[in-house]
Order: sequence, then C-alpha cells, then structure tokens
Amino acid sequence: MSASIQSISLSGRKKQVSNKEMTFWESLYLIAIVKGLLITIKHFFRKKATIHYPEQTREFSPVYRGQHMLKRDELGRENCTACGLCALSCPAEAITMKAEERKPGEEHLYREEKYASIYEINMLRCIFCGLCEEACPKDAIYLTISKELVPANYDREDFIFGKDKLVMPLEMAMKNAQLKNAN
Amino acid sequence: MDSAFIIEKSVLIVVVFAITMVMAMYSTWAERKVAAFLQDRVGPNRAGWGGLLQPLADGMKLFAKEEFEPDTKNRFLFFVGPAIAMSTALMTSAVIPWGDKLHIFGRDVVLQATDIDGSLLYIFAIVSIGVYGIMIGGWASNNKFSLMGAVRAASQMVSYEVAMGLSVIALIMMTGTLSLKEISIQQSGMNWNVFYQPVGFLIFLICAFAETNRTPFDLAECESELIGGYHTEYSSMKMGFYLFAEYANMFISSTILAVLYFGGYNYPGMQWMVDNVGVNTANILGIGVLFIKICFFIFFYMWVRWTIPRFRYDQLMNLGWKILIPLSIINIVITGICILAFK
Repeated sequence: MSASIQSISLSGRKKQVSNKEMTFWESLYLIAIVKGLLITIKHFFRKKATIHYPEQTREFSPVYRGQHMLKRDELGRENCTACGLCALSCPAEAITMKAEERKPGEEHLYREEKYASIYEINMLRCIFCGLCEEACPKDAIYLTISKELVPANYDREDFIFGKDKLVMPLEMAMKNAQLKNAN
Repeated sequence: MDSAFIIEKSVLIVVVFAITMVMAMYSTWAERKVAAFLQDRVGPNRAGWGGLLQPLADGMKLFAKEEFEPDTKNRFLFFVGPAIAMSTALMTSAVIPWGDKLHIFGRDVVLQATDIDGSLLYIFAIVSIGVYGIMIGGWASNNKFSLMGAVRAASQMVSYEVAMGLSVIALIMMTGTLSLKEISIQQSGMNWNVFYQPVGFLIFLICAFAETNRTPFDLAECESELIGGYHTEYSSMKMGFYLFAEYANMFISSTILAVLYFGGYNYPGMQWMVDNVGVNTANILGIGVLFIKICFFIFFYMWVRWTIPRFRYDQLMNLGWKILIPLSIINIVITGICILAFK
C-alpha cells in the first residue's frame, strides 16, 4: 500500500540528478547561457518589489510595534500618571520620567492628579518588545497605534524622544473621540 | 597639411575623448540600474532624475577620499599602473570610424580621428598593453591578493588574445583589409559580417568578455577570493581610474564588436538617405545607429554579468585553450574553403 520513500515527492518538483560527462556542446555552456539570459530578461520587465520608503510606507500589521505613543483620552487629556511601571518593566532600561503634581486649572490637560512632566525614551536602547505597553495600568503607552518607524538620524542625542514626539496629537485624540461617539 | 585639417582633427579628438568619458561614466550608472532591474529592484534613484547624477556624485566622492598608499618599494610603479590602464583604454578610440563623413563649411570631414591601414592591429596592440596596467599595479601593491589578481589577469588575457586573434583572422580573410574604415564600408546595406562569420563572432564575443575582465571571466578581481584583486590596495582616484578604465574598455570593445561584425555605422537604406535626404542627415543618423548598437552590447555585457556565475580558473583555461582555439582554427579552415569555392 505505502509507496517507497524514494518515489514520494511532496513538492511535485522532484528531479533525478545525474553526474554524467558533459557532451562537447554542453561543455561550451552556450545553450545553458541562453536559457539563463532568457530567465534574467524576464525579471528585467517584472514589477519591482521596492517600496520607495520616505515617500511610500509599507502596510503594517495591526499588532506591529513601532514608535511609542502616549495616549490621550476622549477629552484630550494625557492618560499617563507617571507611576513608573513602564520604566520598571523595560528590559533595556530605555525609559525615564519625572513626575509632577497636577495644579488646579490643569484638569483639561492631565487625567490623573499626578502626571509626567518629563517622559523620555531612548530609541537606541529600546528593543520594541512592548513590555511597557503590557505593564501600563492607565492604558497610556502604546507601540501599535502610531504605525511609524523611528526615523534615522545623525546624532545619538536626537534618538532620545521626549514628550513632544511621543504624546498623541490632540487632533488624533479628538478624531478618536468622534469615532467613538459615532459608534 | 592646412590649419583647417588640424582644427578638424583636434575637435574630433576632443569630442571622441569626451564621448568615451561620458559613456564610461554613464556605464557605471547603467550597470547599477541594469543590475537592479534584473534583480527586481529599482537601483539608484535619489541623485537627480532616475539617479542620473549618481556618476557625478561617485566621482566627487572618489576625489574627496583619502589617498592611501601601501608601504611599497615601487612607489613609481604604484602610480604608473592606473595611468597605463586609463590611457590605453582611451587610446583605442582613435581608430574607430564613428561615421562615414560630414559635409561642413565645404569640407568633407571624415568622422575618424585617424584612418591607419592596420587599425585592427593597432587596437590589438593597445589592448595588449592594457594588461600591463593591471600587472604593474598588482605587483607594486606589495600584497598577495593584488599579485594573485594581477597574475590571473595576465594569464587570462594572454590566453584569450590567441583565440581572439584567430577569430579575427577569419574575418580578415573575408574582408581582405585591416582598416576598420574599409571593413565598415564593405558592410554597407545589410551586408553585416555577423551573417558570414557567426562562429567567429561568437568566439570574438567570448574573448571580449575575457579581455575586459568582465563576468563570467572576472577572476582578476573576484571579491570572494581576492578581496578586490589587483586594485585591493588602491584608493581615491587611482582606484577610480582602474574602475573607469574597465568601463572605458567595455565601451571600446562594444564599439569594436559593432564595427567588425554588426556593420558599424551602416543601416539599411543608408545609400537611399544619402541620395535623397542629404549626406549630413544620413551620416548623423549613422552615428546614432552605431551608438544604438554600442549601447546594446554594453547592455549585453551587463545582462551576462548578472546571469552567469564566475568560471573556475581551470574551466576558464579549458574553455580558452581546448575549445575556443580549436574552434577558431576550424573556423579559419572553413572560411578558407568557402572563399575558394564561392569567389
């Protein structure tokens, strides 16, 4: 019933190779070369796989971990309360922050009574593992929503991203709120 | 010898020099573009439209690079190597007939820097000197890899020159002349030599690949074994000269292939154009046709480069001595019989 293992070809492309002496014409390699040339010229006219990066970006999967984003809630207030759990969970020690108390009249800016006045991530240290996202109790830090790659740069200092680069833009928060209300 | 003649020739020489340089420059761009396209990529596209300024950027980079010299006893030879490679690459273009003639200011301007009787011999002589550039450079680098590359280049070029010469002898038996101008004129109409000498053309083509040190015969500079081969120790513009000479050689050998076997500047209906439209238009079109043929061969060089892997050294020598040389001798005999039978 069962066929011999030698005769099975799972891919359907099994080919018996031989080690016979080449004939004179084969040893000139001409026919093989012409065949090869035809294969390569087909590739010449084929559609290119390149994505012209800065102008075009590739599609990211929903769970792609890119540049971090500090989230705002529907009212545009920052979620982060500077508890430091992200920094604690970070295996690369890329995160640092400084906490401050919310003053009266700043309720529209920060959701919690305590907020991060300085929040910095060193993008050269970060390994984009997403443990900060998992540790966050306030739903504040996300790697999956920015859909951005950390851009290249010339100086090491420029890779320390502060709140100016990390906090979600206000318009985005407003748009999210509208979408939520519409639903 | 009147002054107009001197001016005419000077202008022609400058133009030919400029065209060779520009073609060599843009061959580097074309090589990268063709390589990319054959590998489903897009190639250089940032500097200028379609990356057209890339050769300029590369040249500027080479000029700006640090000039490193190995601690060698043969400092003079180290400098002379790239100079020989470059100058021999440019010297061959002197005898190429770029077109028939133009009629300017009541003078017939022959579109050839010099029409010497033995121009084919001249080309072979200059190409043979070219190998000294590589040999001297590799020797003076005081480096095992460079020396190996130089030795390989020298023995390869010497072996393939034999087959190349023999394949051209069959052509010369047919044309009865060594002058490239004469050979071009004989091929007017669709009377191209490739139809009479297909085997000779094939042998010449293969040998041209070997003579220009192009893949599949680029054993002189194979990266996987010899780092950079003979130009391992070179940097800055000296290195640029070697690379540039390689591309200039490729342009010149494409030109020779086009002139010897593919009718040079001739195209079907050229005589009709001369009679009905005018000498100048017909011949400018002829120059254009020659350049289309040259560009095709340059493309072919690149096409082959990204198709065939490098030969092993014993395969290279077997192909040269045991296959191509006997084949070209048989070709000579058959050509002789045909000439006796049909003329």
